[in-house]
Amino acid sequence: MTKQLTLTIDGVQVTVPEGTLVVDAAKMAGIDIPVFCYHPKMEPAGNCRMCLVEVGRPVIDRATGQAVMENGQPKIQFMPKLETACTNTVSEGMVVLTQTEKVTEGRKGTLEFLLTSHPLDCPICDKGGECPLQNLTVEHGPGKSRFLYDEKQHLAKHVPLGELIWLDRERCIQCARCIRFQDEIVGEAVLGFEARGRMTQIISLSEPGFDSVFSGNTSDICPVGALTTADFRFGARPWELKASASICSQCPVGCNTTFNTRREAKAGGEIVIKRVMPRQNEEVNEIWMCDKGRFAYHYAESAQRLVKPTVRQAKASWTDAFDLVTQTFEASKSDVVVLASGRLSNEDLFNLKSLADGLGGKSILYTDMGGGNLTAQVGVGQGTDLGKLGKGDTILVVASDLYEEAPVWYLRVKQAADRGATLIVANSRHTKLERFARYAIRYANGDEVKTVADLQGDSKIAQEFANAQNAVVFFGSDGLGLNGSANLAAACAKLLQDTKHVGKANNGLIGVWQRANDQGAWEMGFRPEADLASAFKNKIVYIVGADPAGDDPALALALKGARFIVVQDILETLTTHMADVVLPAQAYTEREGTYTSGERRVQRFYAAVPVHGEAKADFAIAGEIGRRLGLNTENGSAMVTFDRLAASVKDFAGLDTNKLAEVKPQWPIVGRGDLYYGGTTYENKQGLGVQLSTAAERGEAVSLPEVRAESALRPREDQLLAVPVTKLYDRGQTVASTELLTQRIGEPTVSLHPETAKRLGVAAGGRVSLAFNGLSAEALVKIDDTISAGVVLVPRSMGLAVREPVSVQVLGLAEAKVS
Amino acid sequence: MRVIEPVWELGRGLARTFASLFEKPVTVQYPEEKREVRPRFRGRHVLKRYENGLEKCIGCSLCAAACPADAIFVEASENTDENRFSPGERYASTYEINMLRCIYCGFCEDACPTEAIVLGDNYELSFTDRRQAIYPKEMLLEPVPDAAMTTPRKVEPGVYQRSVPEMKDPQD
Ligand code: SF4
Ligand code: SF4
Ligand code: SF4
Ligand code: SF4
Ligand code: FES
Repeated sequence: MTKQLTLTIDGVQVTVPEGTLVVDAAKMAGIDIPVFCYHPKMEPAGNCRMCLVEVGRPVIDRATGQAVMENGQPKIQFMPKLETACTNTVSEGMVVLTQTEKVTEGRKGTLEFLLTSHPLDCPICDKGGECPLQNLTVEHGPGKSRFLYDEKQHLAKHVPLGELIWLDRERCIQCARCIRFQDEIVGEAVLGFEARGRMTQIISLSEPGFDSVFSGNTSDICPVGALTTADFRFGARPWELKASASICSQCPVGCNTTFNTRREAKAGGEIVIKRVMPRQNEEVNEIWMCDKGRFAYHYAESAQRLVKPTVRQAKASWTDAFDLVTQTFEASKSDVVVLASGRLSNEDLFNLKSLADGLGGKSILYTDMGGGNLTAQVGVGQGTDLGKLGKGDTILVVASDLYEEAPVWYLRVKQAADRGATLIVANSRHTKLERFARYAIRYANGDEVKTVADLQGDSKIAQEFANAQNAVVFFGSDGLGLNGSANLAAACAKLLQDTKHVGKANNGLIGVWQRANDQGAWEMGFRPEADLASAFKNKIVYIVGADPAGDDPALALALKGARFIVVQDILETLTTHMADVVLPAQAYTEREGTYTSGERRVQRFYAAVPVHGEAKADFAIAGEIGRRLGLNTENGSAMVTFDRLAASVKDFAGLDTNKLAEVKPQWPIVGRGDLYYGGTTYENKQGLGVQLSTAAERGEAVSLPEVRAESALRPREDQLLAVPVTKLYDRGQTVASTELLTQRIGEPTVSLHPETAKRLGVAAGGRVSLAFNGLSAEALVKIDDTISAGVVLVPRSMGLAVREPVSVQVLGLAEAKVS
Repeated sequence: MRVIEPVWELGRGLARTFASLFEKPVTVQYPEEKREVRPRFRGRHVLKRYENGLEKCIGCSLCAAACPADAIFVEASENTDENRFSPGERYASTYEINMLRCIYCGFCEDACPTEAIVLGDNYELSFTDRRQAIYPKEMLLEPVPDAAMTTPRKVEPGVYQRSVPEMKDPQD
């Protein structure tokens, strides 16, 4: 354990670990030292001088090494000048004074300087009301400035740093929090300072501007209104917003969020979501979130929202729709196939599963990724916190591009590597995480399983993995389909099991799922199905939260073989167009429920905005159909459904709303009163969620499937293999309705090896046509020299229906893209 | 005494009544005739304009924050030089005051950083419906003397950069 040191701050004795900074020590004792540039998540910089305090240290007699005593007290020698509390670490017997006249004068002076050229346009500043500069000026500022108003430095006030973040150069106080966040925490140095002195300004160093998926976080930690988001621009004043706790539904990380809502005239007087802010959960997302989670929430307000049930494409009442659905289900019980996606909550999936089981029908998870049965057995143990992994621990990321698939995991894995954890990144191509890997393994497509199996040999990497104190494996579906990823999961599970990295905290398997609650769907008993076409044939298909017809023309064709189609969704899709009955569902912002994250943490979200039209919650619809069929399914309350779920799904045993709502003190302290310190992130008062225990942890027998040697299709001579990869900003229903992201979503772009591109006669930015599975499509070309010459990387959910690796005919198109 | 006293009192009262017949009347023949209000009277609000016609209001919502009756609703949008309402980046795209809620306290005036909202002399508010009591921006905004000065309007680029004018301490 680190040495504990005792010091006195304003007469209060504080004992903190060695190496603690004076600001943090004071914060722990409940004493606020104002800061601008210091941020508890980052290394101190000492840029702003706001944290000046008087520091005294005991005088040590050089000869004896003992403290010199004076009147029975150790003699304290104060420094003649004020010192910065954010750069000084504590020492034994230190005395810190934060309220003396000298300190007050120092703060006054610092603020007077910081405000020399500040535009003082708080009334129109999006930060106004939650701005550290405002708050600290009111508390410590001089009130009047001796500087001349006319000599203020005028700089650009309206600079787009990319399309998501606006910069106001006059407001910037050069604290460098934003730069340091990008450099230290994200590892993407896309911001920098330019010029000197009063002309110092923030610039974007990347093309496109501010090219990072974490850019929104800089606006949270910017202590002034220099960085604001384009999404919230002039949206409302912070004090006018109501806050509702939620969980991000865009990826399996399950970041804790806060929806800020307000009535809006533009929306016809409705209450709408004005912005999404992170909510602290140090074990999940700390105080961060990614831009997809922050900005891609607009789909719930889309004009495509379903607001009324339809029967055979004509508007109908709920009663009619329910009647028809119930009759049809009743008549053909075991022919009912429920196809649901991981976009739904645990309660929805539980009710749907109960319905399918009650009818004797089938329940299928709509996904292209397998392995969720393994994460329930050898997943990460209770109490897992990626933030605790460091020296001596190993993290393996295989077949996953965390940056694109689960950004906040990328962030946390990267930081674990910074703390000394051994990071092994295995993929068939370069991914952003690779830069922080101690070992980067590049395999040929098709060798995923072999690569993982090789980690059980006696290579240096294998040894390091086996001997690691803790080991976590992330597996994904980068370049893989359902079969390939399921087999890869089996290989990873075996590796973990054989090296005894299962059944305890900070050890185990994590699936980088394609949807937020895929893990929950597996827990509820949903399983994917490789051959959907035959599963649909002559069946009554009940599709919930999925758009198979829109995703893949082959599935649209397959759906034609179904006898009766019921579609339950929030937006109009190609699948709803094929449906006999369409049931409008509520968006997750309009209702409550729980999700199970990839780390198997069950977390609760709450309703933030009123329901659109006549939409009902998914669990309620399924529950109502169940009731009408004589099943005892809950159709009213999500939390009653959750209680029933907890009573019948083993891994959820003992969970209830109280457990989900438990909170504990977290460090750093964030929240409204402390926003000068940690940023505008919301404090978590609504619950940190509960991690499920794994079978391995409970000491139950773990049965792992055989690992098949051959995992996936390989590229062959004279043929190209199209492999699917995930892109963060895709054309998925939940992303594409956000206009702000259009540029980032871009056009469908496939990656080719330079040689392949040369052979096809296309350059970067050129166009190719692709023919596969009897379909053809066009796409732009990107060159990636890290992939093998035989493959074409095809992004998922971009209109190119590659769900499994598939051989593809590629032709270069002559006409170049006009840019 | 018992008889005299009421009679005496009655007489005194009637004397007063008769005396007032010859006094100057205080009745004002409203609405034909209107009395001038005091200089700091607080009546119906007006949203002021600058001399060039641009709106003073920048949609900052500080008036709404100050309002003890929660009578004001403001929503802001962004100005461009092609479509300018007010100087600077921000203007009020929605500005409503619910005159039924308003208690005419004048806090909104005090809070306004641009002296845009001012409580005027008009006290003649009448509505037949609650909805009518919500005065939208069009009703509150001062009329322009000249059509060319109306907002939104196209302005020379780069001239109107600052939202908040330099203000002196209030003199009165
Ligand atoms: S933009 Fe904000 S965070 Fe960045 S240096 Fe300026 S004040 Fe600091
Ligand atoms: S990392 Fe995932 S869960 Fe977190 S905000 Fe981004 S999309 Fe949402
Ligand atoms: S006068 Fe007072 S009550 Fe009326 S709108 Fe202004 S602040 Fe509100
Ligand atoms: S009237 Fe004044 S205080 Fe109210 S929004 Fe407009 S500028 Fe702001
Ligand atoms: S110098 Fe210490 S907080 Fe900036």
